Amino acid sequence: MSKKYGVYICTGCGIGDALDIEAICDVVEEESLPCKTHEFLCSQAGVDMIKADVEEGTNALVIGACSRRVNYNTFKFEGCMVERVNLREQIVWSHPRSEFPKLTEEEKQDEDNFDRVQMMAEDYIRMGMARVEKVKLPEPYLLETMSKKILVIGGGVTGMNAAIDAAAAGYEVTIVEKSGKLGGHVANWRRQLPTKPPYERLIPNKAKSLIAAIEANSKISVRTNTVVARIAGQPGEFTVTLKTPGEKIEFDVPYPLPEEMRVDESGKELDHEALIAKYKEYNEGRRDILTLDPNGELFGAVILAAGWRPYEPKADEFQNLGWGNADVITNYQFEELAARGKVNRPSDGKPAKNVVFVQSPGNGTDSDFPFTGSVTSMVALKQAKYVRDDYPDGRAYIFYQHMRTPGLSEYFYKAMQQDSGIFMTKGEVTGVSQNGGGLTVDAANTLLGDQIQVNADLVVLGTGMVPVTFDDPTVNLAYRQGPGFRDNAIFDKYADSNFICFPYETQRTGIYAAGAVRRGLNVEESMEDATGAALKAIQCLESVNRGVAVHPRSGDMTFPDFFFQRCTQCKRCTDECPFGAIDDDEKGTPKPNPARCRRCGTCMGACPERIINFADYSIDSIGSQVKAIKVPSEDDYSEPPLRILGLVCENDAYPALDIIGWQQKKSFSADVRLIPVRCLGSVNVIWIKDALSQGMDGVFLLGCKHGDDYQCHFVKGSELAGIRMQKIGDALSSLALEEERVAQFEVAIDEYDKIPDIINKFVAEVEELGPNPFKGF
Amino acid sequence: MSETKGAPFSGSIMVVGGGISGLTTALEAAEVGYEVFIVEKNPYLGGRVAQLKQYFPKLCPPTCGLEINFKRIKDNPRIKFFTLADVESVEGAAGSYNVTVKLNPRYVNDNCTCCNKCAEACQAEVPNEFNFGMDKRKGAYLPHEMSYPAKYVISPQIIGTEDARRCKEACPYDAVDLEMEAKTIELNVGSIVWTTGWEPYDAARIDNLGYGRYPNIVTNMMFERLAADNGPTGGQILRPSDNKAPENVAFVQCAGSRDENHLPYCSYICCMASLKHTTYIREQYPDAKVTIFYIDMRTPGNRYEKFYDKIKEDQNVTFIKGKVAAVEEAEDGRVTLVAEDAVSGEKLHQTFDMVVLATGMQPTAATTKLPADLVVTEDGFMLNDYEKGGMFAAGCANRPADVMMSNQNATGMALKAIQTMVKR
Repeated sequence: MSKKYGVYICTGCGIGDALDIEAICDVVEEESLPCKTHEFLCSQAGVDMIKADVEEGTNALVIGACSRRVNYNTFKFEGCMVERVNLREQIVWSHPRSEFPKLTEEEKQDEDNFDRVQMMAEDYIRMGMARVEKVKLPEPYLLETMSKKILVIGGGVTGMNAAIDAAAAGYEVTIVEKSGKLGGHVANWRRQLPTKPPYERLIPNKAKSLIAAIEANSKISVRTNTVVARIAGQPGEFTVTLKTPGEKIEFDVPYPLPEEMRVDESGKELDHEALIAKYKEYNEGRRDILTLDPNGELFGAVILAAGWRPYEPKADEFQNLGWGNADVITNYQFEELAARGKVNRPSDGKPAKNVVFVQSPGNGTDSDFPFTGSVTSMVALKQAKYVRDDYPDGRAYIFYQHMRTPGLSEYFYKAMQQDSGIFMTKGEVTGVSQNGGGLTVDAANTLLGDQIQVNADLVVLGTGMVPVTFDDPTVNLAYRQGPGFRDNAIFDKYADSNFICFPYETQRTGIYAAGAVRRGLNVEESMEDATGAALKAIQCLESVNRGVAVHPRSGDMTFPDFFFQRCTQCKRCTDECPFGAIDDDEKGTPKPNPARCRRCGTCMGACPERIINFADYSIDSIGSQVKAIKVPSEDDYSEPPLRILGLVCENDAYPALDIIGWQQKKSFSADVRLIPVRCLGSVNVIWIKDALSQGMDGVFLLGCKHGDDYQCHFVKGSELAGIRMQKIGDALSSLALEEERVAQFEVAIDEYDKIPDIINKFVAEVEELGPNPFKGF
Repeated sequence: MSETKGAPFSGSIMVVGGGISGLTTALEAAEVGYEVFIVEKNPYLGGRVAQLKQYFPKLCPPTCGLEINFKRIKDNPRIKFFTLADVESVEGAAGSYNVTVKLNPRYVNDNCTCCNKCAEACQAEVPNEFNFGMDKRKGAYLPHEMSYPAKYVISPQIIGTEDARRCKEACPYDAVDLEMEAKTIELNVGSIVWTTGWEPYDAARIDNLGYGRYPNIVTNMMFERLAADNGPTGGQILRPSDNKAPENVAFVQCAGSRDENHLPYCSYICCMASLKHTTYIREQYPDAKVTIFYIDMRTPGNRYEKFYDKIKEDQNVTFIKGKVAAVEEAEDGRVTLVAEDAVSGEKLHQTFDMVVLATGMQPTAATTKLPADLVVTEDGFMLNDYEKGGMFAAGCANRPADVMMSNQNATGMALKAIQTMVKR
């Protein structure tokens, strides 16, 4: 597509007062591009002026006005590339003339004087023109054929509800269930917690009605005694191999080599051939991830609803609670007893009329048992009610540290408090001992006294629900980065997300977890979670079908394009992609899976050969912007100003910089030039090297916080950038440049008060180092 | 090749309430392919979370997620939103509802560039509801720095005054339109999701806790604003009576919640919110002491429990199981709390510089009758009847919940709304 350029400068909102607009137009005309100005460009008249040009064929527009965060749709023109140059927020408003005065007529006479703010504006216009020259309009990545079928892993209440909800929206679903029947744990329960006002009575468990609904639904097929051997490919065309549990087949997913196998005796990393040989040996009998199972079934998206297993205390655990005694059992075991009939003691089969429920492992802690969420407090209340239902003279005692019945669960708690046979107190259980035919429970610091004793027939420990992902990846992804969710150790191996705002987003596109595999959730919460996961699975399918990205760059049509001829098979893109979107073959040649990609550009930033690019975001598009920055030297001025490049995350840092302009409370150095990037992970070190070798004095990266509570929308971007910046130090010292000329800073979107100080401090430090010796070469 | 058809993308969804739940429902449905209308009563989207400094347990700013959501709205032609808008009536049934929406005047049109000239010209100041009246703002204003849509508002209070004229004259872009009038529009939608959210329970109704009588007793939402960088004190946590840095702060949990006389249910978020507020204080004042009076610490789940564990390690933070019975005035603006330690039985009188009431959440429908055939509990929560379908409640309109659970629920309700259209 041939480009016809147009540059439009708004002079409103103080831009025209602060800047020499004519000089800016001269900069544009130096490039032989047409430049038009308007006093109110976002007005109808201003937009009409641009539209008239667009109708005449102008399709590559540079709009020098306000931030791209505002008037977003005003300056969107169908079929046109638009670059917004942020003259208002980041130049004029952040650098008020009261602090950065214009040159007086007299000063203008001396060519050794310069106007920092004007220089900034002229550079930004040059950078905008450079970018629009280098980018292309994206065309969507479309699969040749795609499946809109949804795979649900797990046939418990969560999986069944996900299937029913997806089917109700018109999609076909297959449920795989590892046991012989649907229903999961819930099917074995006597009763379920109330779900409707007044939330006072236990209700029949929902498994039966869900199973009936599944059986009657022609859109849902069920495979029992089935697990996932592997899921290969990408959303829209996942090739799934199913098998019976325990079976060993060639399409079992291979695992990456564990760290300890990647090194020799001396701890040195093995060479490529040796690693391949080790990998094959380690995965003996399993086909490589890139070999698609010819008999595999195609699915478009996956819902992981594989649930949990009951926590099984080890033999020597909870000795203070009498664990090991036949009449000390877990809440799960109690539920099994209760499902069979009236609750009896395991030791002698006599009625368990006095039952003590213990909610905290004690030993000085006020925590609940591990993996409990708010579920076990409610379970204790439910089971206390069983005791009362079974025996009119039965008594249930609940020792808790904190009754966790949040929200509307409080109503059931209140109802149980009304039951004269249920006793509840805060307290630490300090001992459980055999006392003739029964047990004696000692508790301290209770609401009923410092030390109390209760006789019991049975003691029930409120142990938790361990997510199945604790033991096994379960999804068995045939991905080079490995078969499971990455980094889920942060969440104690729940398949959870780190995002509060976007609870379903994980590091694996098209795979959505729901229910107790994600968090300690009760039946009602799990079922609701399933509905959300079903929506996300459908949304992913429809996005893939349109060839656009899912969250967080929803709707983005670009995708990474590899120029394979120059690939050196270094595997960095495969290793670094936060979403595991890239696989590679034995030689290390990457195989991109665009439908797995979230378009963060981390691969582009990682590639040392610079062969990965997006239509509107590339090594060249940013590199050309860097090169468009004029670096004045002593040939130009006796005391040339510094030039500092800032590569800033467009998601959080860039908006924060805008706010600095809006508030006009603090300003920052006019010698910096800022370029927004999709994510710090997409920053390629070549841009930094280019900036320094063209004489710029320093470069900083401004992006999101990393660590366990990372705020990076692409999970690992800022962390990976940090690693690259550490390594760039060596390259700089070989150029005889100080490492301090490159820095990375972490900010949150609301830290706009801090950013000017961060930037100014960095500028001062660079100034201290003195000018870049390459300046002027 | 198993190619199956999905949902047909016809019919539109209305989302009433543009807070975090409403944004989530709207975006998730629109990104599947449906047309969505958001109706928001405030002049900005974002609702309650826009007032928060940070989310627990990550201690990250809500504006980060809102910014992404606003970007998603800008990028998605299938979403339309109305601010300063109220639903007036809903007629029809699942699959086809005729909804009348009243659009209240902003007195500022789309010409607004946010140049701030109107605010500079306006002399009148009115109590700032965004900061719960703890400071004043101009009669022409932007609700907060990151407001979306980024358009100023002229307060109805100054309409007809000299100030309104001054604003109009100051605007270089003819964006102030004092003649703007409320108008109503009719929309036909297939499904409606109510995400009308919550209000902080009126602390003045809890007689024994002294709110309104003593200036240094504030609510948790007020405290959130006091700690926020864009709040009335610029992020400095200061006692309202004399703007002094508090050395000793108490949190009174279940202020109104779990109380038959007020809100019988648990408000879900207040325990975690107070722990989060403790981090605000402890970060700003390394020597300050915090005491939390609680019934049960409700920090369910591994991540919340870890957050609680971390704060328990802080020597300057004390937890007392006991409900505060009364407050008494002490010297120098201080407040004495009277409580009983439930474990030791000891009667406590402790004096603090500042007291934060962890007031609960009351669903909007508890105090405002919504103009539709909805099943609302005595508490004001809307129940979902999936059999009937058509209209659904999500987020805190449905039950007390934190942001994560609200978003989870709001994502699911987007699918329920879509199912209504598919069945049609």
